[in-house]
Amino acid sequence: MRIWLVRLALLAVFLGAWQITSGWLFSAFFISSPSAVATIFWKWLVSGRLFYHAGITVVEAFSGFVLGGVAGMAVGIGLGRSRTLADILDPFIMIFYSLPKIALAPLFVLWFGIGIDMKIILTATVVFFLVFLNTFTGVRNVSRELIAILRLMGASDRQVLTKVILPSAVAWVFAGLRLSVPYALIGAIVGELIAANQGLGYLLSDASGQFNTAGVFAALLAIVLLAMTLNLIVRILEKLAMPWLQEQDQREFSI
Amino acid sequence: MSLMESDELIAFKGFGKTFSTKAGALRAATDIDLTIRRGEFVTLVGPSGCGKSTLLNAAAGLFPPTDGQVLYRGKPVTGYNLSVGYMTQSDHLLPWRDVVGNIAVPLEIKGIGRREMADRVSELVTLVGLQGFEKSYPAQLSGGMRKRAALARLLAYDPDTLLMDEPFGALDAQLRLGLQIQLRKLCQRLGKTVVFVTHDLDEAIALADRTVVFTGRPGTVKRILAVDLPRDRNLMQLRHDRRYNELTAELWDLLAPSIQDIEQLVKAV
Repeated sequence: MRIWLVRLALLAVFLGAWQITSGWLFSAFFISSPSAVATIFWKWLVSGRLFYHAGITVVEAFSGFVLGGVAGMAVGIGLGRSRTLADILDPFIMIFYSLPKIALAPLFVLWFGIGIDMKIILTATVVFFLVFLNTFTGVRNVSRELIAILRLMGASDRQVLTKVILPSAVAWVFAGLRLSVPYALIGAIVGELIAANQGLGYLLSDASGQFNTAGVFAALLAIVLLAMTLNLIVRILEKLAMPWLQEQDQREFSI
Repeated sequence: MSLMESDELIAFKGFGKTFSTKAGALRAATDIDLTIRRGEFVTLVGPSGCGKSTLLNAAAGLFPPTDGQVLYRGKPVTGYNLSVGYMTQSDHLLPWRDVVGNIAVPLEIKGIGRREMADRVSELVTLVGLQGFEKSYPAQLSGGMRKRAALARLLAYDPDTLLMDEPFGALDAQLRLGLQIQLRKLCQRLGKTVVFVTHDLDEAIALADRTVVFTGRPGTVKRILAVDLPRDRNLMQLRHDRRYNELTAELWDLLAPSIQDIEQLVKAV
């Protein structure tokens, strides 16, 4: 509770300083002011403009997130299970991994046009690698003792997979998913910045094109709020998927 | 106690195992000839690192021997030996399953019906005294409770042979005695064969039909003591049994030379 008061106070000081210095110490043209940003944000909110563009971005980020996430998990589990295949593919994976996926955007524009599917594919590509590598590591880190114990009980490959490998990889998968949330937004928004006529990225570049600094800040605010919402959703899913970790946190500490 | 050849269940013939480690080859066990008969309760004692656990691992088929053979029912053990249940020093419970879920794992693998499974599991929970902790995750349990959950899981899948590696090490004296009594009763009633590693000399005699004494690394069989106590012995009363005390004293003397080594080690420090 107290910590929240301190945080609120910090925010108030920051916004206050911004408001006061705007138009006096710095030009309002460049830094705008919180009140101007709030006005625009409110205007967009009531006119439905914000929801329309945010909705587009959400659809892109979310579809890309799900698509890339599912593909990343599937390939991660597949390669995690087959050592030879993983060894063969290792250099190719590293090549794609070291490539900044955003740099593929112009190529994707050529291939898929400037519509919503190009942003979804770009986002999915970014998310795929993060989730894939985490899942792969998770599957590789499964305790061999646990597998042996289940094998001795007569467990089949399938049972070992569903009872040991998948549950123990879940923590890694979620680490990858959490990491992917901001990147999913980056994918969607960069896609929109490059070529689009809708979405928060478009709103951002449109406001900037009209030298509307307050509009730029309002668009950034919307992006931040969206990112926080997505993060929250992943966190809630994580808690639901791994109740045993929660219990560990609640446990009294002892050594 | 003369038993026929066909009663041989597990046989180590000239068994030896060398592990390759970063520090070079490590000879864990060497020249072990040991036969375990069906329905027998055999305890293994010896200094730490004398290859007792190696023997259990090989019987479970976790790795092949470097030298010699491991036979189970007369056939070489290749790959996981599904006739054995293994309980190791660490409990190896699944951290994402609660107590009930962990005990149910082997029953799920067998494909037992939901209703029967629930009955079996609650029976086993009561047997190991974990009532009230059914919904607890392993991370929330004490070491002793985790051991008990692991024991319940082992009993749930009802293997012919139990390989147990210091299963009761972390338990308090009362609970340990309780579980020892349970284990002996169960094994006798169900005709289980048990190979049981322990560091506790009293436990080694109290539970066993035979006690195998190992030398230090590389471990090999030093002596085999036939424990001529009645099969339906009363573990509660053993302390007052003359023969039991003679046997523990004998075992103590057998292991004393390696205890002298420790004394020298202490002096050297």
